Amino acid sequence: MAEDRNVAWREELRQTIKNKERTEIPRIRMNELNAHYRATVSEEVNQGLSKEQAMEEAKRCLDCPTPTCMTGCPVSINIPGFIKNIERGEFLQAAKVLKETSALPAVCGRVCPQEKQCESQCFYKLKLKKEPVAIGHLERFAADYERESGMVSVPEIQSKNGVKVAVVGSGPAGLSFAGDMAKLGYSVTVFEALHEIGGVLKYGIPEFRLPNSIVDAEIVSLSKMGVEFVKNCIVGKTISIDDLKEDGFKGVFVASGAGLPRFMNIPGENLIGVMSSNEYLTRVNLMMAGDDEADTPVLKGRKVAVVGGGNTAMDSVRTALRMGAERAMIVYRRSEEEMPARLEEVKHAKEEGVEFMTLHNPIEYIGDDKGRVKAMRLQKMELGEPDVSGRRSPVEIPGAIEEIEVDVVIVSIGVSPNPIIPNSVEGLDVSKKGTIIVNDNMQSSIPMIFAGGDIVRGGATVILAMGDGRAAAKSMHDYLNK
Amino acid sequence: MNKIVSKEFFSENVVKLEVEAPLIAKARKAGHFVIVRIGEKGERMPLTIAGADVEKGTITLVVQKIGVSSTKLCNLNVGDEITDLVGPLGKATHIDNFGTVVCAGGGVGVAPLMPIVEALKKAGNRVITVLAARTKDLIIMEEQMRAFSDEVIVMTDDGSYGKQGLVTNGVEEVIQREKVDLCVTIGPAIMMKFVSLLTKKYDLPTIASLNTIMVDGTGMCGACRITVDGKTKFVCVDGPEFDAHQVDFDEMLMRMGAYKDREKADMYKIGK
Repeated sequence: MAEDRNVAWREELRQTIKNKERTEIPRIRMNELNAHYRATVSEEVNQGLSKEQAMEEAKRCLDCPTPTCMTGCPVSINIPGFIKNIERGEFLQAAKVLKETSALPAVCGRVCPQEKQCESQCFYKLKLKKEPVAIGHLERFAADYERESGMVSVPEIQSKNGVKVAVVGSGPAGLSFAGDMAKLGYSVTVFEALHEIGGVLKYGIPEFRLPNSIVDAEIVSLSKMGVEFVKNCIVGKTISIDDLKEDGFKGVFVASGAGLPRFMNIPGENLIGVMSSNEYLTRVNLMMAGDDEADTPVLKGRKVAVVGGGNTAMDSVRTALRMGAERAMIVYRRSEEEMPARLEEVKHAKEEGVEFMTLHNPIEYIGDDKGRVKAMRLQKMELGEPDVSGRRSPVEIPGAIEEIEVDVVIVSIGVSPNPIIPNSVEGLDVSKKGTIIVNDNMQSSIPMIFAGGDIVRGGATVILAMGDGRAAAKSMHDYLNK
Repeated sequence: MNKIVSKEFFSENVVKLEVEAPLIAKARKAGHFVIVRIGEKGERMPLTIAGADVEKGTITLVVQKIGVSSTKLCNLNVGDEITDLVGPLGKATHIDNFGTVVCAGGGVGVAPLMPIVEALKKAGNRVITVLAARTKDLIIMEEQMRAFSDEVIVMTDDGSYGKQGLVTNGVEEVIQREKVDLCVTIGPAIMMKFVSLLTKKYDLPTIASLNTIMVDGTGMCGACRITVDGKTKFVCVDGPEFDAHQVDFDEMLMRMGAYKDREKADMYKIGK
């Protein structure tokens, strides 16, 4: 990859400022809405960087000869390549570099756990023990700049090869696969079960973190590339994989994502007011239940507890605040250090007034005479030895039980893979957990079927799903050209 | 897409709609349901399929005006399109030659019972159908039921048609009279609860098709969860049919009341 580092403009750019000066520039802070105000509205919390801020932050990047940051990126974005374009003010070119490898840069700039990926491998972090370059903020800047400029470039598309491929599910894995296959000249049709395209980007991630308009813009780009979208169509129910074969589809990429939410199987979990984060977020995000004119209701809750410590838990608890909760709490059985959520989400939640009850584990829900949850009993925990996940495991403190008042509880402890394809396709190898088993090329036991995202991983991130989509596109292309 | 090709009033508040949906018509089996959504701010509402015509490419839905969404659907006319329609969902009814089957339907529950009665008859069963409603005008699909039933017993609460009494009286009459191998019941949750209590007394295996609250309907949200034999099950993917004797109907009835207050308050939205 490094050859583009040697182009004249980059060499010149590196000479303009001494590395020592570059490293003395403090990391940019994202512009954010005031915490008090934003906790009452659905507006996006992060307001993006100005051109000047982005160019200043881009100066911090040392354009390393061996960019370690790229090793932390699941889709190997040419990170110095796009950042240096920002530094020299070529923002549209920066966006173009991003789009070479990422189908959804405006999305990734917002939702990737950069502190665990690219930014964790930044030279600043590894060698200088300083704050890393704000790669995620810069990615978002370049993608937003391009979209807002109205000069969105449509990636180069090879001439149509007349081969039809199908995608099951329009979430991040499906969209990134669709984009790559369209670029290669395939006729791509994406089948979506719900009435909106975007999967978890629409029903799961809230507006204040990822506005729907951003997702829609990416979908429009894909449509311009010739990708067809079919809503309200469930492969495995409405039509079968055999129907697709008969219809001339030569390959199928299954990216059907999450399925049934997990519950803890403790007493009272089916009381009114106890629900999964999937239900809560789908009601609010997809069905617009917060809007009085929408027909879908949601229990708003004054005292809301969210069980779990991942991004979905943070999304749920912050949504509860925006739905008017007086008290919004995270109940998590480990300590804050073990929380899987992005650092920024935890920080934002705290700023907005979310209470963190770490080292607490629900053991029972108590209802009123109408079956509505009114309280929950919590077992206090302490940290013991590290478990298989490498995190210190929570251990009960005998007798340390407390009860708190709640009127809504949102259980956010993960989901199992969507069962529809695994249950409906004969001969498909499926793990005990219900995930589709694939080889290193994302190919399933049925050669024409590839799979990726949560249906293979059983619960991961947007960027990993996108990485799977890319890998599957490459392999399916190879497979179809054998 | 999803165009309404015919509409018939069974009663003032019960409407039969035939809707263009060729893929669903081809794929559906007895027991399956669909999710419909009316308007861009509409909610997703599950409805069990009451019939299909593969050649015409249509499915039949029978809807009762209860809340906002069902009323909006009933108010659509021939030529109108349903905003979103997806299916078939859930597991199909297990059809076999069981011997003698009593099919007990109440209210609009009779409609989704229709394809099951037909399939059971075609599988060689002796089918005795019990249709029940508050009053004569609310008895629906009697003629179609007769076409696939060896006997139809009509029960009305007020005695205005058929025999006076509840659906359970009709079912019990059959059980006491002859050997029955299976009971299938669809109707209001409270009715299915009492049918189940009755057949349990006689050790008669019973299947109930449940109509819980759903959001996505595809196994993602868990709004429809119920307790069956002490375990949590999801009506949308594990059902909608379950062994009635194992279903915790009291919990289900309680959960179905979650949004009752809101539903009443929202009726102003009709016509919007």
